[in-house]
Amino acid sequence: MFDWNWEFAWEILPRLIVATGNTLIAAGAGYAIALVLGLVLAIAQRTPYRGLTFVVREFVEFIRSTPLLLQIFFVFYVGPQFGLRLSPWASGMIAIGLHYSCYLSEVYRGGLDSVPRGQWEAATALNMTIAQKYRRIIIPQAIVPALAGMGNYLVGIFKDTPMLSVIGVAELIHTANAIGSEHYRFLEPFTLVGLIFLAISLPAAGLIRGFENFIRRKLGLQ
Amino acid sequence: MEDMSGYPHELTGENTPMVSFKNVRKSYGSLVVLDDLDLDVTTGEMVSIIGPSGSGKTTVLRMLMTLEKINGGCIYVDGKPLTHMPKNGGLVPANERHLRERRADIGMCFQHFNLFPHMTALENCMEGPVHVLGISKAEARDRSEELLELVGMINKKDEHPSRLSGGQQQRVAIARALAMRPKVMLFDEVTSALDPEVIGEVTNVIRGLVDEHNLTMLMVTHQMGFARDISDRVCFFYGGKIEEQGSPAELFGNPQRERTQQFLSAVREAV
Amino acid sequence: MDIFEFLVQYWPRILSGVGVTVAQFVLAAILGIAVALTMGLLKLSTNKVLKGFAVTYIEIFRGTSLLVQLYWIFFVLPLFGFSIDKFTAGYVAVGMNIGAYGAELVRGGILSVPKGQWEAALAINMSPAKRMWRIILPQALINMLPPWGNLMIELLKGTALISLISVADLMFVTKQINASTFLSAQAFGIALIIYYILARFLVTPFMRWLERFMARKMGRA
Repeated sequence: MFDWNWEFAWEILPRLIVATGNTLIAAGAGYAIALVLGLVLAIAQRTPYRGLTFVVREFVEFIRSTPLLLQIFFVFYVGPQFGLRLSPWASGMIAIGLHYSCYLSEVYRGGLDSVPRGQWEAATALNMTIAQKYRRIIIPQAIVPALAGMGNYLVGIFKDTPMLSVIGVAELIHTANAIGSEHYRFLEPFTLVGLIFLAISLPAAGLIRGFENFIRRKLGLQ
Repeated sequence: MEDMSGYPHELTGENTPMVSFKNVRKSYGSLVVLDDLDLDVTTGEMVSIIGPSGSGKTTVLRMLMTLEKINGGCIYVDGKPLTHMPKNGGLVPANERHLRERRADIGMCFQHFNLFPHMTALENCMEGPVHVLGISKAEARDRSEELLELVGMINKKDEHPSRLSGGQQQRVAIARALAMRPKVMLFDEVTSALDPEVIGEVTNVIRGLVDEHNLTMLMVTHQMGFARDISDRVCFFYGGKIEEQGSPAELFGNPQRERTQQFLSAVREAV
Repeated sequence: MDIFEFLVQYWPRILSGVGVTVAQFVLAAILGIAVALTMGLLKLSTNKVLKGFAVTYIEIFRGTSLLVQLYWIFFVLPLFGFSIDKFTAGYVAVGMNIGAYGAELVRGGILSVPKGQWEAALAINMSPAKRMWRIILPQALINMLPPWGNLMIELLKGTALISLISVADLMFVTKQINASTFLSAQAFGIALIIYYILARFLVTPFMRWLERFMARKMGRA
């Protein structure tokens, strides 16, 4: 029953390690997009323009309520219908970056809301522009309470990269699938992929907590 | 929109007040907080505002700092309209650009200090001069250290606010506001959140400002003795209006209105 | 083909996909809640073996991807002699995954009940099981319902992955229609809207209603 083949596992490991690299690149690039776009979406919801606030709010709700897998297909297939051909990597990064930017915008919003009103008022009393208030006073303080959520979604985006396999991005699951169908053996590739995910995401949680404490100390907020 | 034709574009003349409220109204929905307020403060004057809570006294300072919009009338600072700006021959509500230009004359200290927690005491003081006034870091540092010296906080200049007591935080907040070189300083119940034993260190700093600087100051306070000691004039607010005003000796020694008498005797009993 | 013609022609297939998605959602939710309760309680157990089991379960299912778990259950489990059909594999994978996240909510909810409640239940001589079931869990439930609302949305979205093992849910049907018509905007667009409607106008309102209902029942409204 238990026919784990060590030799085969050893043989496919290099391919899986390359795929791990691709997975990490995809997660990192998607996260970078999400970090920036999420901030834009969060701040857009705090402007006094009611129409803009409403549209952004509904957009965020929509993206958060629908499956990432479907969004990946949408970005990949709808472009060509209108003459815009995107590579699997480009579509994947757009879809996953957009999806997580909506989650991050909620994290940022929570962080921004946690900054007391007195901080805004003190910044006004120092005659700061709205951009200066955000950049110098509010965002540095909003970041700290947001760090835990930001860290969770970094791990989350990493764990969602396997969905990019469906449009042909050669990340871990895609590679495991390919190995499986070449050799008619699925036990080793899928088990190894699971172990690789565990080996990365479990320590990541601890590292993120450490980073959070480091930032807290650095900003003198103990 | 309100007809602003009765309001001048500029106050001129020899005795132009530093701060002038003209028919200022403020309400939240149907609740009227300030009712046709007229108040002039001359340059270098120290005016204390006292009164029961809910009388609108803090709102006076918050409107002057432009933290609250006014619903009617006009506020002038140094002769020029603060809440409005000239446009097409008339006065219209000020835009953000006009506010930023006029706000430079005003500094404020808050009840809860509102120091920036991610910056040290010195960085708090340098923040405005460097990033708003655009002066060099070296010059801002000199200016800030001088002011921290003045408020007796120079030995704590590299501490973050979380490591400072309330009285120490409030003194840093005063230095931070002064670093912007305002013409008008606003003190909004700056001792109300402090433990009794550290109130003195803050009031002493403010006392020093009255002597050393030719600053115009407005102070909302519950410290009657302090108001009596240092004010040029005391205004008693009641129900969104100035019920009575006068020199400390007049107002505390011989109040004319019944409400003032009631308030003062209630406060004295509480002590 | 405009969108109405498209809908008229493909509506029956889309509807059958929605039916499968809803069935998967309900089954996975039931399994997920059961797993969450079990693992959440076990993680609070003082027995080291039981606690270790729950911790391992939770870390494995939260540390790896749902897609990896789905493939593992569908492709690898049969090698050990557990052959399950794809429909079952689908909701089992989704439910076990969501259960691991839910277990943390259960645990947090139980820990949020004040210690005095435990002591009061002990003082009227309730058995440990009764204390948990009659006194602690109802109060914990109220505290953890709001995050469960979000988790249910995640569950609904998670069911879309079962299309990758060829369960004919909404996602799968949509992909088929796209492959045969190349009308990607219509096909995927309609599917997005249907998922949105399910989440926003069925799952979320139901969870809100449940929150209010429970709060009323506990006299907290």
